[in-house]
Amino acid sequence: MDIPYTVAERPDTGVNNVKLGIWLFLASEVMLFGGLFSTYVLLRLMAVEWPFGSDVLNVPMGTFNTAVLIGSSVTMVFAYASLKMDDLARFKKFMAMTIGLSLVFMVVKGFEYSHEFDIGNFPSTSTYLAIYFTMTGLHALHIIGGIIVNSYFLGPGSKMWETNKAQFTNRIEAAGLYWHFVDLVWIFLFPILYLL
Amino acid sequence: MSDVTTTEQAVDAEHGHEHEELSFWRQYMFSLDHKVIGIQYAVTGLLFLLFGFGLMMIMRWQIAYPFQPIPLIGGLLGESRAPGGVMLPEFYNQLGAMHGTIMVFLGVVPLAVGGFGNFVVPLQIGAPDMAFPKLNMMSYWAFFLGGVVMISSFFVPGGAANSGWTSYAPLSVFATTGQTIWLIGMIFLITSSLLGALNFLVTIIQLRAPGLSFMRLPFFVWAQLVTGFLLLLAFPPLEAAGVLQLMDRVVGTSFFMPSGLVYADAPADFSGGGTPLLWQHLFWFLAHPEVYVLILPAMGIVTEILANNTRKPIWGYRVLIASLIFLGFMSFIVWAHHMFMTGMGTTMSSFFQTTTMIISIPSVVILSAMFLTLYGASIRFTTPMLFALAFIPMFGIGGLTGLPLGLAAPDIHLHDTYYVIGHFHYVVAPGTLLALFGGIYYWFPKATGRMMGDLLGKIHFWGSFIAINVVFMPMFIQGLSGMNRRMADGGTQYTMNQDVLVWNTVISWGAWALAFFQIFFIINFFWSIKKGRKASNNPWNATTLEWQAPSPPPHGNFLTPPQAHRGPYEYSVPGAQTDFVMQGDADGPTTEPAKV
Amino acid sequence: MSDDVQHHIQNYKKVGMTLGVLTVVTVGVSYIDFAVPLAITVALIIAATKASLVASFFMHLIEEKKVVPISKWGFGTILATLAVTALFFLMVIFIPIFGHADRVGEYFTLPNANAPVVAADQH
Repeated sequence: MDIPYTVAERPDTGVNNVKLGIWLFLASEVMLFGGLFSTYVLLRLMAVEWPFGSDVLNVPMGTFNTAVLIGSSVTMVFAYASLKMDDLARFKKFMAMTIGLSLVFMVVKGFEYSHEFDIGNFPSTSTYLAIYFTMTGLHALHIIGGIIVNSYFLGPGSKMWETNKAQFTNRIEAAGLYWHFVDLVWIFLFPILYLL
Repeated sequence: MSDVTTTEQAVDAEHGHEHEELSFWRQYMFSLDHKVIGIQYAVTGLLFLLFGFGLMMIMRWQIAYPFQPIPLIGGLLGESRAPGGVMLPEFYNQLGAMHGTIMVFLGVVPLAVGGFGNFVVPLQIGAPDMAFPKLNMMSYWAFFLGGVVMISSFFVPGGAANSGWTSYAPLSVFATTGQTIWLIGMIFLITSSLLGALNFLVTIIQLRAPGLSFMRLPFFVWAQLVTGFLLLLAFPPLEAAGVLQLMDRVVGTSFFMPSGLVYADAPADFSGGGTPLLWQHLFWFLAHPEVYVLILPAMGIVTEILANNTRKPIWGYRVLIASLIFLGFMSFIVWAHHMFMTGMGTTMSSFFQTTTMIISIPSVVILSAMFLTLYGASIRFTTPMLFALAFIPMFGIGGLTGLPLGLAAPDIHLHDTYYVIGHFHYVVAPGTLLALFGGIYYWFPKATGRMMGDLLGKIHFWGSFIAINVVFMPMFIQGLSGMNRRMADGGTQYTMNQDVLVWNTVISWGAWALAFFQIFFIINFFWSIKKGRKASNNPWNATTLEWQAPSPPPHGNFLTPPQAHRGPYEYSVPGAQTDFVMQGDADGPTTEPAKV
Repeated sequence: MSDDVQHHIQNYKKVGMTLGVLTVVTVGVSYIDFAVPLAITVALIIAATKASLVASFFMHLIEEKKVVPISKWGFGTILATLAVTALFFLMVIFIPIFGHADRVGEYFTLPNANAPVVAADQH
């Protein structure tokens, strides 16, 4: 049975179901990370002493990762634009680049975490490290989720292009919105945890 | 109208294809149809309600007859919980924490939102299904898995979570393994609720039938819409908090652990620097909107039943909607009235006290609208109507008793006493649960094509109504005299409680009587599925769109695409042939909802 | 339609480059020796600017208002939801802080400040 307005826009609301759905989901994610940002602020205000991020973490690595993630956001939106231009091959190229850049991000994160563990910096060591590991950890889980979804759309999911171009484009738009949100969170996380 | 056996063929002809026979698993277990999923949620929710009630019945034995062997099942509980049949205080705490958790998260919300919401909302808005059927199915199974995880916690060493349903740190951080399982279970349940809420919001906004503007929606749908926003935006901070508490327990972080904490005569092995108040803020940021999630669908159900059985439109439709939206918004900024005793300064206390007083206004407006609907009405005392009528005074008592709790000064005396238990149970048990039962009797014919038995229904109602008041009214007396909650000995060790201990036995027998009367409901429910009097499409002569569909509705719900031509409660329209005009009826006057 | 997409692509490239520049600015600014509250403010303003660019152009929010509004106030469905979310987000951020500041009988100070520190935070 056909659910109306999955892809087509409903005239009086101006959106389709998928777009509205993903934005509502992102609204809930804002509140999720909001709870964690609230935790960060409260812990920092209460602390007798709080380290400067640059003294504990590797700022060049963090900066590199920021550039990588923003880059992946750019390639993601180009992937979407490629579909709007009816070019599946171009879409696949840019989607692969997005996934590649995400993996680079994760590898760098892996280096950062293992370095911290090597010098005895664990989440239990201080509240600063606790919130650092938790926020970046939850963010990393979201990246992994995005990698899985994007890989599905690069691979088996792209078959939908042959039967229903509009719905596939719609899905990539939704995946893109999610991915840009993940980038957005990092845009705030990076200065707060690394630079302040 | 055609009966059930030919509707499938009619639907197929309409859609132009044959429905292949789905396997048992695809048709009943992993169905994508909102009606099946709704029934799954409802039945599972009811089972969990029964289980949670069972836990309380065991607790009530301990409270009424402390440290006496539990009859019948005492021997079955095992040495770790009740050696010699006598309940250990540790087990009492587990029962208490799990009773709250199960009733709220596994019982009422799945039934009220997952069950009623899923089944009724698409039908009432004239949609073929929810916006995202696969997501709907996954939400149910996430809920089910969460429930399994929660129940499994009883069987691990140390037993289930035992730090209250509120899981305050640092007690919960030091608690036994069951608490970790509680946290994992909550993550499943929160995820299920979030995805479900998303589905409801998109469905209501996008899938309304032609002609069904927002101001023509049944109040029940509006209630589910606001509930969806509450769930969507309030749950995530608790999910974050749950992750933080998991980190504290499993990894040893100090999000909620203050410096200098001493546990079991030794300094606690944490870095310190955290605060238990952070948990409280994040928990109550959800948990207060959560209680509005518990009440709003019930208010929606009561409104539908009242309109139908008074043969009048609901009084004050626009005012009701405005109050609903205002209530939903305000529910986000009252949470620290649960924290008056944490050492907040006067600025914070005054702020939250003020917002709490303000939030009582829309509740009173909604209740008044329900009450005013009765004025000049032709009341039909059907079984659903009895439940709906009872809701009004019961919610009234619940709401009024909340006022001294919402003011910081009297809360000093009443906080953490039985008065609080009385207050919130009046809203949820004689309030929401009675309304939900009414909803079951009301929509059972739509779901099954048969009516529930009337005599059994009335016995169920009267027995439950009287027993439930016997259970919760004396708690106000106990609380006002200072009897604290969460005491495994029923309060006997405190001299100040001696005068009110006598009520413990009264309450316990009331609880067991309440259990007895549910038997009538259970028998009625299952008997009526097969043997109930057959119902037409519209046995209650109601107006809203769901009564246009066959009973039960086929896959795709409606034989012809519905269209709304008027408001939802066009009863007793002057000049009409019958005392009701259906919302989707093409003939008949087109009206807008009354101005007030 | 294809011109429309081309116009979008030009925007994406410009926004991408701006984001790169702003990232460099973010890091550069952190080397300037601001007092902590000012450093936080500046960092958040730059982050908010970057976030707005991502939201407006990559997430197409800047086009949402042009779609048929559902209310006489001119907001699209999505913008209305986001406005409500932003409000509650601010709520969850600020109230615990105010709660911490407004405690019975305690003196509130910022860490690393020169005010007399009452060991008020550890309970």
